[in-house]
Amino acid sequence: MTQDMTTSDPDESDGTTASTSPDPGGFSEARTQTTQEGTSTAPTVVESRDLAVYYGDEQALQPTTMEIPEKQVTAIIGPSGCGKSTFLRSINRMNDLIDVARVEGELRFRGKNVYDEDVDPVALRRRIGMVFQKPNPFPKSIRENVAYGLNVQGKEVTDEAVETALRRAALWEEVEGKLDSSGLDLSGGQQQRLCIARAIAPDPEVILMDEPASALDPVATSQIEDLIEELARDYTVVIVTHNMQQAARISDKTAVFLTGGELVEFGETNRIFENPEHQRVEDYITGKFG
Amino acid sequence: MSDATAPDLSRRSGQNTREFAYRAVFFVCALLSILTTLAIVLTLLGDALTFFAEVSPIAFLTGTTWSPANDPVSFGVLPLITGTLVITFGAAAIALPVGLLTAIYLAEYASDRVRSVLKPAIEVLAGVPTVVYGYFALVYVTPALSVVFPTISTFNALSASIIVGIMIIPMVSSISEDAMSSVPDSLREASYGLGATRFTVSTSVVVPASISGIASSYILALSRAIGETMAVTIAAGNTPRLVDLTDPAGVFLNSIQTMTAAMVQLGASDVTGQSLAYRSLFAVGLTLFVITFLMNLISEWVASRYREEYR
Amino acid sequence: MAAETRTDETDFGEVSRLKDRVFESVTLAAALFGIVTLAVLLVYVTVDAVGWLDWQFLTSPPHPLAEEAGIFPALVGSIVLMVLIALVTFPLGVGAAIYLEEYASDGRLTRFIQLNIANLAGVPSVVYGLLGLGLFVQLLSFGYGTLLVAAFTVSLLILPIVIIAAQEAIRSVPDSLRQASYGMGATKRQTIRNVVLPRSLPGIMTGTILALGRAIGETAPLIMIGVPTTVFGVPNGLFAKFSAMPMQIYTWSSYPDTAFQYGVVSAGVVTLLVVLLSINSIAILIRNKYQTERS
Ligand SMILES: Nc1ncnc2c1ncn2[C@@H]1O[C@H](COP(=O)(O)OP(=O)(O)O)[C@@H](O)[C@H]1O
Ligand SMILES: [Mg+2]
Repeated sequence: MTQDMTTSDPDESDGTTASTSPDPGGFSEARTQTTQEGTSTAPTVVESRDLAVYYGDEQALQPTTMEIPEKQVTAIIGPSGCGKSTFLRSINRMNDLIDVARVEGELRFRGKNVYDEDVDPVALRRRIGMVFQKPNPFPKSIRENVAYGLNVQGKEVTDEAVETALRRAALWEEVEGKLDSSGLDLSGGQQQRLCIARAIAPDPEVILMDEPASALDPVATSQIEDLIEELARDYTVVIVTHNMQQAARISDKTAVFLTGGELVEFGETNRIFENPEHQRVEDYITGKFG
Repeated sequence: MSDATAPDLSRRSGQNTREFAYRAVFFVCALLSILTTLAIVLTLLGDALTFFAEVSPIAFLTGTTWSPANDPVSFGVLPLITGTLVITFGAAAIALPVGLLTAIYLAEYASDRVRSVLKPAIEVLAGVPTVVYGYFALVYVTPALSVVFPTISTFNALSASIIVGIMIIPMVSSISEDAMSSVPDSLREASYGLGATRFTVSTSVVVPASISGIASSYILALSRAIGETMAVTIAAGNTPRLVDLTDPAGVFLNSIQTMTAAMVQLGASDVTGQSLAYRSLFAVGLTLFVITFLMNLISEWVASRYREEYR
Repeated sequence: MAAETRTDETDFGEVSRLKDRVFESVTLAAALFGIVTLAVLLVYVTVDAVGWLDWQFLTSPPHPLAEEAGIFPALVGSIVLMVLIALVTFPLGVGAAIYLEEYASDGRLTRFIQLNIANLAGVPSVVYGLLGLGLFVQLLSFGYGTLLVAAFTVSLLILPIVIIAAQEAIRSVPDSLRQASYGMGATKRQTIRNVVLPRSLPGIMTGTILALGRAIGETAPLIMIGVPTTVFGVPNGLFAKFSAMPMQIYTWSSYPDTAFQYGVVSAGVVTLLVVLLSINSIAILIRNKYQTERS
């Protein structure tokens, strides 16, 4: 489960990603804070500070402070309606698209508050990709789906780029001969991997996943889980799941949100599952509620 | 309670026949729509067939002179068909792009409040009587156009096309917007999540995904333009002529006659009874009916495809 | 290109919104184009009608002199025609809608009827005029341009619209209400009469009235069935000749005299539009009243 966290290994398959290597100065602020356990050595990429989200008058997320380490898998678990998606969507400002949504506090990406006036959410989303709960391929060919993000971001679309993304999403073998058939003709699990390929093709730094396997059967789910562990070599992955076993299997860190949009506990996954600090978290993990 | 009489659960025969009678009455009401279609077809066919007994369908469909009432009579429908095409083309040049852009604005850009005002306002365009539009074209639009085109005739295809284009905008925009609204938000989110702007989301996701709905609205709007009667009768005049495609200015700045206008002209004149001119009315009507009916069917078929796409 | 957004770790760069802004303006302009054009035309016609649209105009018969011309017979003709059309289309339209929504199974015949209704709604009105001419005038000899022929012809024209509107209203009645009625041992007929119709009536009325608004502006069918261009008195029976406002407007607009072209016709157009607006306002009032009651 654990990987080499100190050295950021250069990307083998795609030369353009060299710029993902962290700028040591960029997160000096983040460094000053130690994580709850004080054991993690990975630099912080995303960091929330008293981040609160409201939908109209309803507060969906209590002020939340947490640090997400680079090139690791961070899981967000909790009962449904506790604000997991809300938190995730505030990272790449997808909540901007909801008229009634309002954000307070800070969400720092590489030390910069993304809710600052001068931040362009569209530019931000080009560095933080997203995979959704229900597979949502475009009604276009497999190739066009993968190329879409590259086109949108003005990057060159090459056959290699498409192939690389599909290989990384562990889908290449299955679609190699039929890149021009519709993405909608794939099975649910394949569609979700296509969506992952689409998200990683433009090479973002962070990938947000909102319950990416909840609509899939067990076989497809385990494929996606393997894939996520693989992706964490190159990307920072934040995954929302309400499946605790899944979080335990694939994540390095786990955040537990409980009802009311409150972050109750955050730390190394092993510790959270073996020895949670809070009784409520233990109750939730052992299935006593939620 | 134990010796209560057994409940009577039998059907009441009187009740039953009454239920059946009601059902039958309602059924007849629904059947009336089919009878209407049948009556239209039979009425048109009846007189059209007697017409075609005297004028060969080939002469009718390929003849280049339309002169039903004045000697020498001639029943070539081509001038009317080209006249109709001119109006349809001109109206389409306005309504198709404007309607599509309107739909995009309503579906993708407008806030809920703006949409709730704008949508009904645009629908009003389809609610104004066409005779009023014809009058507007004749007394306001044509004089305004004559500033730009001094040679424009009092009756001309240009002002009629413009006004017909305006009145069919809502057909395009409301059906297209329906199609765009039924594109799932998950596709928009996928695109925004990749760092797309609203422009990109609209043009690369929403419009392609609703293309069959847009196509359906286009066909329906064209069919509406082809069948439009009063506005073209009043504004475009009654000059049946085969248009000269090499001279677009001449085509649009002068008077033409559409199939519908020719029908009104014949209907308003006193060609009654069993004259050939009277019957030619039904032949033109049949032609118009067949064209618009086919287009409506195609539009319906195309629309059913997009309804299936996102079930 | 990657450099565009990654010049600096903490400066995310900015994606150009030029196309976005231009496109939004273009689509907004498109959305306003028709409305603005119509608004300008309405202002023109209203201004032109000033001085012509007065009590004398509303209460006088047509006259060769523009100053003496009036729309009274056509106004009355239009209103009487509309009442007749309502009497014909309301029961037939509701009956057809009840059959399609409450009785019909989802079979071939039903789908055929449904498709047919949708198609009838798209048949050009001038073709309905030919139907009226061939069927009611020639075959059934109800007479050229009589009130009865006009009422039947225009009724057939708007019937598909009424049916579709009534179907929508009936469909919006929650199924739980029907179940409750059946649960109390009601027959289908009783359920329709006591539950479905009362609940859907406001919607049906709204749809029917809006369709009548369409009917009052119809001109081409009236021309085809031989409605006279000028009538000096109000109709005194179903077989009487009559005129209607759109007919009168059509006739006047062909007069070369500019006093007619700009004055009298404008007054006629404004009268027609005001009547139309009143009809639609009634429909909207009914809908709003019913919406607030339900919520
Ligand atoms: N678009 C929205 N508008 C209003 N309320 C919302 C919206 N999305 C989510 N909420 C509310 O915010 C709370 C948290 O939702 P969400 O973040 O989706 O929870 P989770 O993903 O943990 O199931 C819920 O109470 C939900 O009803
Ligand atoms: Mg969620």
